[in-house]
Amino acid sequence: MNSVILSATARIFFTAMLLVSIWILFRGHNEPGGGFVGGLMGAAAFSILAFASGVPTARRALILHPIVLAGVGLALAALSGLPGLFYNDSYLLHHWGYVPLGFTEIKVGTTMIFDLGVYFVVVGGILSFIFRLYEEQPV
Amino acid sequence: MVDQIDLVWPVLLPLGFAALTACLWGAIGAQRVVTIAGVIAQLYVSLRLLFTILETGPLAIQFGGWAPPFGITFVADALAAVLVATTGVVVLGVGLFALYDMRQRHAHSGYYPLFFGLVAAVNGSFLTGDIFNLYVWFEIMLIASLGLLAISRTPAQIDGAIKYGILNLFGTILFIFALALIYGSAGTMNMADLARILPELPLTPGVAAAALMLIAAFGVKAGAFPLFFWLPASYHTANFAVGAIFAGLLTKVGVYATFRVFTLLYEAEAPVFSLVFTGLAGTTMLIGVIGAVVQTNIRRMLSFLLVSHIGNMLMGLAIATPEALTGATFYIVHHIVVMANLFMVAGAIAAVSGSDNLGRIGGLLRSQPLLALLFLIPALSLSGVPPFSGFWGKFLLVDAAFRAESYWLAFIMLLAGFLTLYAVSRIWMEAFWKDAPIKLSARRRLPPVYAVSIAVLGAVTVGIGLFAQPLVELSITASAEMLDPASYVAAVFGEPEAVRLGESLPGETQ
Amino acid sequence: MSFLYAIAVAAYAGCGLYLMLSRHFMRVILGLALMTNGAILMIFFSGRLGSMMPAIIPFGDTALAFDAANSLPQALVLTAIVIAFALTAFTAVLAVAAYRRFGGLDIARIRAAEDLGSPFKPASRKYPSSKNREKKRHG
Repeated sequence: MNSVILSATARIFFTAMLLVSIWILFRGHNEPGGGFVGGLMGAAAFSILAFASGVPTARRALILHPIVLAGVGLALAALSGLPGLFYNDSYLLHHWGYVPLGFTEIKVGTTMIFDLGVYFVVVGGILSFIFRLYEEQPV
Repeated sequence: MVDQIDLVWPVLLPLGFAALTACLWGAIGAQRVVTIAGVIAQLYVSLRLLFTILETGPLAIQFGGWAPPFGITFVADALAAVLVATTGVVVLGVGLFALYDMRQRHAHSGYYPLFFGLVAAVNGSFLTGDIFNLYVWFEIMLIASLGLLAISRTPAQIDGAIKYGILNLFGTILFIFALALIYGSAGTMNMADLARILPELPLTPGVAAAALMLIAAFGVKAGAFPLFFWLPASYHTANFAVGAIFAGLLTKVGVYATFRVFTLLYEAEAPVFSLVFTGLAGTTMLIGVIGAVVQTNIRRMLSFLLVSHIGNMLMGLAIATPEALTGATFYIVHHIVVMANLFMVAGAIAAVSGSDNLGRIGGLLRSQPLLALLFLIPALSLSGVPPFSGFWGKFLLVDAAFRAESYWLAFIMLLAGFLTLYAVSRIWMEAFWKDAPIKLSARRRLPPVYAVSIAVLGAVTVGIGLFAQPLVELSITASAEMLDPASYVAAVFGEPEAVRLGESLPGETQ
Repeated sequence: MSFLYAIAVAAYAGCGLYLMLSRHFMRVILGLALMTNGAILMIFFSGRLGSMMPAIIPFGDTALAFDAANSLPQALVLTAIVIAFALTAFTAVLAVAAYRRFGGLDIARIRAAEDLGSPFKPASRKYPSSKNREKKRHG
């Protein structure tokens, strides 16, 4: 794409969409949102970058190969269920705890690891398709 | 309670290995090492599950701490456990075979993560106790197998993947429609819960239509007669290791789903289902084998034989006596091992003679006597010649058919068995006995990994044939459990009065 | 409302089936996607339409409101949508790959798998040299 407007705004869009996707990811436990929707948003951010500045730029921005990212995500999601398996005989039963920060407490749980895993799987899986489609030469 | 954890590993372990091999994307050598460790570990956890189930009877585990009808359940009874164990054996054999067959570029197309993903999906389908979850595993299996089928990206493979993909997707759409109808009538997706609710319900058009749609959906997956066309159109294009794992496992998942649903949710003994399954089994056996005898490509011929023998398994459901289900269970186990083995032998033949087309090869008896022996074991077993596993499977099924006075089915089965023998003896005559029509410029050796992996599965076939008693007893247990859904329901819900809706399991921390 | 839903399901399934009968692979993919959507709507429909209140626990409460919508069909539908999305993406990639290799998407003219090892070749082609065979495969 050789549009000046698109390539000028792509960086801004990319950053904004990535931040929003992470926000969606973390609000996901109690509010609408979560790993899958956040992951779609994140993948959209990277595909806009790839569309405007080319796939190599987007690949550099992603750092990891998409498949590796999906693999890491799958491993995280699978590992997040193990505490439940060993403590309660029920895989994917999630545990919660509170981390004191002095002035306030943050509620953290193994579901966050699971959601993060899903996020990575979705971003990695979709981008592995989209990058390959973008890289296909026009016939 | 510790025993139940065994249920999770046959699915979780391959998922973990899929993740691990994906993380090692650039390092193909490391992926291979991890794969060897993975297939051995897979065999261990699968056999462990089988021995646990033999000791304790059917087991169930809940996911996420939800009480039975709400959360996802995994259930293993004898049938599921023996199929998971057989999967473990085949995965070991094919995993070793693939070490040579799968080259660098295949690994760059994602062979190893897809392979483990497929294994996880197959085991998930065997173990799940939730019919919607079964649909999810079917779809994961479909995605993984599409990726594996097109792994070399040749035009033939793309064409095969298109046919395979479209028809299987249509099957799963029928499956979702059936699920919607079942959910609308019964209000639950848990199979144990459905086993309590569905038989009590009147046979409304919705419930009956759901049953027929399920037969069609599983028929597509299993490759039963009017719906099998995707199978011979795609299996012969796959790479040999991929073809072996497909031939061994994928169709049997469809057969397993049919067995599970039509013993647990519906009663296969009902006259209408009995009629449908008899028709399906008879035509599948006959049409499949007739398709096989004209083929000249080894794997096309084997694909048609595979279809024909799916009919033998469905015959167990058509008769639906305890003896017939015993025979069918035995036959499924035997068939998984033998079919995967024959597809690997086809790969070995192609490796030593450059082609798997019968017109272009020959003289292998003289040049590759070891391969000839390794071919004979699964080939004779497939046609049901006495000392091997196939004989016992066919014997049990024919015996059951005579006891139930289904003489026509028994006759068709024996005829199909005879034509199977004719088909495999054609492979023997053309590939091994006649002289080679084309002189190869250099004599090729049989790769040792091929010989080892084929021999491992061949040894399993011979072992089942010579010591059939343990597997027969296991099949008797499996068929008794299939005909008595109460044991399955009890595994999920425990004692009837223990079920109080909406209550979470002890240990729920939130 | 139910009547409207039933019509929607029928329209989706009907249009999907019509498109699937086409010989053009792209239409078949669209047909599969439409028909999957019909099936998904049908699952949603089977959960009974009634309450319009979303199945979300309001902030501060600990339990779902009594008259909230049934959340199980929503979970099932979400799962089915995700899977259908992945499969549609995959078949789209397959279509691109097929288009590059066969120069078109007419299913009737994509016969590479059918010709590979077919027993119904003319006798003269029974023992083709490997060079001819390669040509035929790609031709």
